[in-house]
Amino acid sequence: MDIVGNVLPQVLKDEATEDKGEMARLQSFVGAIAVADLVKTTLGPKGMDKILKPTGPGQEMTHITVTNDGATILKSMYVENPAAKILIEISKTQDEEVGDGTTTVAVLAGELLREGEKLIQKRIHPQQVIAGWRIARDVALKRLRDISTENDIESQEFHNDLIKIAKTTLSSKLITTDRDYFADLCVKAVLRLKGSSNLDYIQIIKIPGGTIRDSYLDDGFILKKQITIGCKRRIENAKILVANTAMDYDKIKIYGTKVKVNSMDKVAEIEAAEKEKMKHKVDKILQYQPTVFVNRQLIYNYPEQLLADAGITVIEHADFEGMERVAAATGAEILSTFDAPERRDQILGNCELIEEIMIGEEKMIKFSGCKKNEACTIVLRGSSIHILDEVDRSIHDVLCVLITTVKNRRVVWGGGNSEMQMAAACDEEAKRVQGKQALAIEAYARALRQLPTIICDNGGYDSAELVQNFKVELEKGNLSYGLNMNDGSIGDMKELGVKECMRVKEQALLAASEAAELIMRVDDIVKCAPRKRERA
Amino acid sequence: MSLAFDDYGRPYIILREQGSKKRMKGLEAYKSNILAAKAIANTLSSSLGPKGMDKMLVSPDGDVSVTNDGATIVEKMEIQHPTAKLLVELSQSQDAEIGDGTTGVVVLAGKLLEQALTLLDKGIHPLKISDGFDRACDVAIKHLENISEEIDIQANEHEALIQAACTALGSKVVSKRKRELGKIAVTAVLDVADLGRKDVNLDLIKIQTKTGGSVEDTRLISGILIDKDMSHPQMVKEVNDAKICLLTCPFEPPKPKTKHNINISSAEDYKKLYLQEQQYFVDMVKLVKDSGANIALCQWGFDDEANHLLLQNNLPAVRWVSGTDVELIAMATGARIIPRFQEITPEKLGKAGSVKEVQFGTSNERMLVIENCQCTKAVTILIRGGSQMIVDEAKRSIHDAICVIRNLIKDNRIVYGGGSAELACAIQVLQYADEVSSVEQYAIRSFADALEGIPSCLADNCGLNPITSVAQAKARQLQENNHRIGIDCMELGTTDMKEQRIYETLSSKKQQIQLATQVVKMILKIDDVIAPDDY
Repeated sequence: MDIVGNVLPQVLKDEATEDKGEMARLQSFVGAIAVADLVKTTLGPKGMDKILKPTGPGQEMTHITVTNDGATILKSMYVENPAAKILIEISKTQDEEVGDGTTTVAVLAGELLREGEKLIQKRIHPQQVIAGWRIARDVALKRLRDISTENDIESQEFHNDLIKIAKTTLSSKLITTDRDYFADLCVKAVLRLKGSSNLDYIQIIKIPGGTIRDSYLDDGFILKKQITIGCKRRIENAKILVANTAMDYDKIKIYGTKVKVNSMDKVAEIEAAEKEKMKHKVDKILQYQPTVFVNRQLIYNYPEQLLADAGITVIEHADFEGMERVAAATGAEILSTFDAPERRDQILGNCELIEEIMIGEEKMIKFSGCKKNEACTIVLRGSSIHILDEVDRSIHDVLCVLITTVKNRRVVWGGGNSEMQMAAACDEEAKRVQGKQALAIEAYARALRQLPTIICDNGGYDSAELVQNFKVELEKGNLSYGLNMNDGSIGDMKELGVKECMRVKEQALLAASEAAELIMRVDDIVKCAPRKRERA
Repeated sequence: MSLAFDDYGRPYIILREQGSKKRMKGLEAYKSNILAAKAIANTLSSSLGPKGMDKMLVSPDGDVSVTNDGATIVEKMEIQHPTAKLLVELSQSQDAEIGDGTTGVVVLAGKLLEQALTLLDKGIHPLKISDGFDRACDVAIKHLENISEEIDIQANEHEALIQAACTALGSKVVSKRKRELGKIAVTAVLDVADLGRKDVNLDLIKIQTKTGGSVEDTRLISGILIDKDMSHPQMVKEVNDAKICLLTCPFEPPKPKTKHNINISSAEDYKKLYLQEQQYFVDMVKLVKDSGANIALCQWGFDDEANHLLLQNNLPAVRWVSGTDVELIAMATGARIIPRFQEITPEKLGKAGSVKEVQFGTSNERMLVIENCQCTKAVTILIRGGSQMIVDEAKRSIHDAICVIRNLIKDNRIVYGGGSAELACAIQVLQYADEVSSVEQYAIRSFADALEGIPSCLADNCGLNPITSVAQAKARQLQENNHRIGIDCMELGTTDMKEQRIYETLSSKKQQIQLATQVVKMILKIDDVIAPDDY
């Protein structure tokens, strides 16, 4: 009904709803802040983990995940609230774009909206708030870029920076106790890439058993497959042929082909021809004189036996990714036809040693001394698959951050230093801006300061006092100070060696501001009637 | 529902299943229709103007989109009321024809209906109202043409176009970067525009979105970006001086459309078939290679063997290129689309400066960029942003801006925005009203009131007092005889829209007023609604 009491005709579909003005805004604030609060406790070195338990029949206890990674948590949640969905979306994008800071981005957006809500309650128009935020964001971004430093990619300092960044990233993860070890491991892996950003070359293999400390970086390439029975288990100076070809039976690719025979003899003939065709293929492969043959697809016994007879070690059923990596690591070309044995030298991959190794209980194939020495493998050990999964995610984060740093090369001090400096820049700007927007700029600064506050809270320290002292230190000109989460004090990050990648911070700031603005601008939420699903 | 009754009050059955139908007629029908349409207009009215707010729309599958674009809002609201649907179509036809002003047209229609409602209450016949609206509309359009100004789109590095694009972008979430995006849009349109014919084929501007980065990273690529990568991971990632072979046939043995069977009855046949099959692949690749092509783009898939042969012959190739992309590449590179391998000739190849693979983010997504095409008449705008919703909204906004620029190239007459044009028309219509001696006078006067509704709505959205600001602007227009006085939405301290440089195209404004009037007339002609009961 409208205000006069007329019954309004129904315009939307039956189950559709429309919320306007204050109600719509309230709904989005509540949703976004709830999501931010949910992941907030995982932030920082003393952050806690979450257990994610899938719902649905039969899998209640099977695939549980224990994690501290914001994107993983948010991705696995099913939310109804549209604003909450936006936060999840930006967290995902952050994961895809830089790989880390996924919690930060959701928390920052949530804190911005929390401050925004207060301003709205003070009867400031959302557009004014947005105008203020936009100024604040530019100021913060400029400060962030100003305080970042850059080192030459070849220099020792840069190498040290990388290790520090890796340690900082790891400090909030499960493997924080072994962070020195893993930081070194990850940096070595990334430096092997020599500036390329292709994470494919770094393979992560998880094998339950042993302790986390037993994890290691293998400079060779490990394929999680077995060498076919009856072949040599150790090949030196291997010539590798990598193929993607049918080795079960060669189906005829011409459309509409059918075999129609009128006697048993003919069947035998055809069968012989089929066999011969396969033998012909094997012969062609043999012309390349490989010592190892890796195929993506299944290899049937007959060709396998032919190859084994020729003294070739056969690895079958290497999946697509594995095959691409073998090819990349050994410099082999992936073949599907075998008519150019004269190009043998370009086609075959080389490596010094291929051997079957045992990690824990599992047999694997290790390629060491490869022609293109970029690929490497990180073997993760741990007492349970849940721990391994979490370590895998952590290592992935670190590798992403390191690669981003190698690309961008700019670093900032960690321990909340960059957030506090950005907040300070916003506060300074707020003094110069006329009009209500200044309030929004101050709010932006408060939201930024919430990040170190939450980190302190998560550690069980007196956040109000610490953050205030921190502010004072920065004011005094100690620009490299930050939170020391080991003993709950303010310390010089230079001495503690806490560094972070500027690009991660930058992306988090940009994405969080954009999302907060997007949610702030909404004054009307229309929910369409849910699609009717037929029950199976 | 029954239409007629006999002497005893029993209904005659006239309509099929009339028991399950309902009917509204007369004034009740008018009012119900108008209220439904107004409900839509009310929802949209808060999105109007530079300080307009966005709407969050949740689709039946739970996907969220946030937008400010009128046509998108009404489309995604999934409206079921028949009259309200007319407004949806209204917004969409404005979008299809002009591309911008989709919110304004619905708001104007809403204001007109509001006026019609009061006129109906006064007892004026609906047809008289629509006649009056019609006459008023003609007057308004004529006046719009009188006050329109021609602008020089070439002057000052296309400054006027950029300003017009900025006006279109001003109300969107990307308004912070309106200048940069406006420039991108202007450059894109001018790159593909045929200034001699004053026409722009918008198909030549491809808008590609990619989440990640921020809106600032949006850029214009003077070439084509396709969301595909090379078919074989080991193919070269960059081809300079590319000669492109554009195929719409798969690298597979042929599949005749006639149903057929090949029967193999002997081992010789079997072997022959095998050889023939191999020959197919070799021939295909050879035909492409012999033509001098150094990259092949194909709309279909590749067989593994063919794929490898391509690699072996050092011929990078891309598979599953979408049909629209194939056409675009053909236009840009001057390539002919080749449907059969036998027809490949060197003349049919397209040329481009370079084709290379670029990578985004950490998740290893790659795209191909075709740059410096022979006939450089296709460009891509690559939109980046923090999340899918932002990117989608940015895409809609840039589309609007591009449409505005195209309209200006077609017809370089503009009117000033900020509600000034509507006010000027309202004044003119009001003057005309007094000259009309029949009942229509009231309708014409109401039309003027409805036009004033637009600046008042703008003012309302900007947090200004709508009544005071409209009254002031109107008075100043009359006193100073200056039709450029509007609402100062951005609080820049001047109400002269020429100084604020808020341009709107004449064609868009004209279309808005005409379309809104038409729809209102249509709604006013409905005096009977018969619908199934459960509708």
